[in-house]
Amino acid sequence: MIRFSSITPRMTALLALLLATTGVSHAQLSVDVTDDSGTNALKIAVPVLPTSQNVATPAGSTQELGQKIAQVIADDLKGSGLFAPVGPAGLPAISMAEVTAPVFSKWSAYEALVQGFVRSAGGDNDITVGCYLYDTALQSELTRQGYVVAPKDWRRAAHKCADAIYARLSGESPFFDSRIAYIAESGPKDKRVKRLAIMDSDGANHRFITNGQSIALTPRFSPDYGSILYVSYVGDRVRIFVYDIGTGKQRLITESSNTTFAPRWSPDGRWILFSMAIGGNTDIYRVSSNGGTPTRLTTAPGIDVGGSYSPDGTKIVFESDRSGSQQLYIMNADGSGQRRISHGSGRYATPEWSPRGDLIAFTKMAGNFHVAVMTPDGNNERILTNGWQDESPTWSPNGRVLQFFRTSAGRSGASQIWQVDLTGVNERRIPTPLSGSDPAWGPLLP
Amino acid sequence: MAPLTRTLVIATALVALSACSKKPKPEDLPPPPVDNSQAYDPNANAPTGPVKGSQEDFLASVMSDRIYFGLDQYNVDEEDQATLRSQAQWLAQNPTARITIEGHADERGTRDYNLALGERRANAAKNYLASIGVDSSRISTISYGKERPVALGSDEAAWAQNRRAVTVTVQ
Repeated sequence: MIRFSSITPRMTALLALLLATTGVSHAQLSVDVTDDSGTNALKIAVPVLPTSQNVATPAGSTQELGQKIAQVIADDLKGSGLFAPVGPAGLPAISMAEVTAPVFSKWSAYEALVQGFVRSAGGDNDITVGCYLYDTALQSELTRQGYVVAPKDWRRAAHKCADAIYARLSGESPFFDSRIAYIAESGPKDKRVKRLAIMDSDGANHRFITNGQSIALTPRFSPDYGSILYVSYVGDRVRIFVYDIGTGKQRLITESSNTTFAPRWSPDGRWILFSMAIGGNTDIYRVSSNGGTPTRLTTAPGIDVGGSYSPDGTKIVFESDRSGSQQLYIMNADGSGQRRISHGSGRYATPEWSPRGDLIAFTKMAGNFHVAVMTPDGNNERILTNGWQDESPTWSPNGRVLQFFRTSAGRSGASQIWQVDLTGVNERRIPTPLSGSDPAWGPLLP
Repeated sequence: MAPLTRTLVIATALVALSACSKKPKPEDLPPPPVDNSQAYDPNANAPTGPVKGSQEDFLASVMSDRIYFGLDQYNVDEEDQATLRSQAQWLAQNPTARITIEGHADERGTRDYNLALGERRANAAKNYLASIGVDSSRISTISYGKERPVALGSDEAAWAQNRRAVTVTVQ
């Protein structure tokens, strides 16, 4: 199945370039916003997926689904920053027979070609989506996949197809088929309504979880997507709840009269890291996700807050002002061996360890607020974004893309969710029905 | 009867004025006294001040319901201490009253840190009140971080107003 092609070395070179920039610290303190020139992006054609027989499903006819799935695939690939997809609009239609036997002469203007089909027996029956990737220069097939999903889950089939293409051409792990928890915001600045909400990684399938009567903050999906940790002001107190997505019920993670906030899961979902303020002093604690007595991990007389586990669960990166200003520290998972890793100018906050383990993303406050990354030893700091206030990066499941929120200044200032890749070049806004903040990217869907 | 009427109206106006004196804003001042002596009915219009122990009574009695902080600071300076002493005085006069101190931060910080900073500020005010004799069991605290600004601009003047600890009576 995996054959050497003209495309793969090119994409590998592109990724190598992307990785190499890690060593070029401070090279892009001022960052262009969107560079869609596509100079390095691979030209890939995504025509409409034909259907063997146009039948109705609850999500639309199979013909309509073929159009919509092609659009989602093209949007995903474009959003990754590595591809310059064309289509489905403006491309010639293909027949079912062409799906497995492309007419390459039609596609000579492109380096790669995605074809596929949609098939269904109609009604509530599952749909089958085929997904084929071709190298147009070598006129060879690079991968083929098939997905059987309920009609309402057609977007997942599209994301999985985009993931297969991305993974095949980049050699990286996939990430499109994943979800985001975030806070939907509305209303004036001094009475802002903040609701817990969830959506697909591209903003689709949006759903509100809380009704907005109490402020909700800083959600985190559990690694199995079964529940969400978040902070709620219900009862005029600041406490962490875990919300069960299946049952709609929620419970406190710990019984305490103190303020608890900044909840985080361990990578295996067995532990919850959280911050608790006692008498104005905030420290980081850990508690079993099944409950029980929390263990205190930090004791410094300052604000120790937040935290993020390394992918293997052995270390935690967190934020502390024990030196006099917010800086990043690493400790072992039991709280031992605390040491500072950030030493540049400005203040450092909201560290998040990449799922790959190679980088830590954070908010850098130096005049404006930036999303930036560094290696876990504190070196190779690189600024990726430059808004008035960009903060709280969250990693894609493959550790190649970040989402964050960007707030505008002034009385009408509001927050929106944005995405940026590790080059800092490909930046785009994630569409949400209201304003949005505190995005938290979950893992690849099971 | 007419002179008495005027005296009452003016007295009410003075109470309202003193309640507003920390933040004088012309649009908040009460309307000028109106000579309504012709319509005056002494039995229907007895003088009413704030109910003792109420939030209105608190606001009318203390120097201010809030203290302010410098950037990333949470120390209670002399001006803050005077304000808090006036709050302690009111609490002494209303021994069953309870309060919540709300700690706030400006928008120019990250969310979790600002929650922690609001906690610090609310507790700094609480600790000072306790140090001058207020039973700390009468005081609860809550941090709003950067979630509830009072000044909506994005400049130093607005941020200075938002870095605050506000005392609210619990009814």
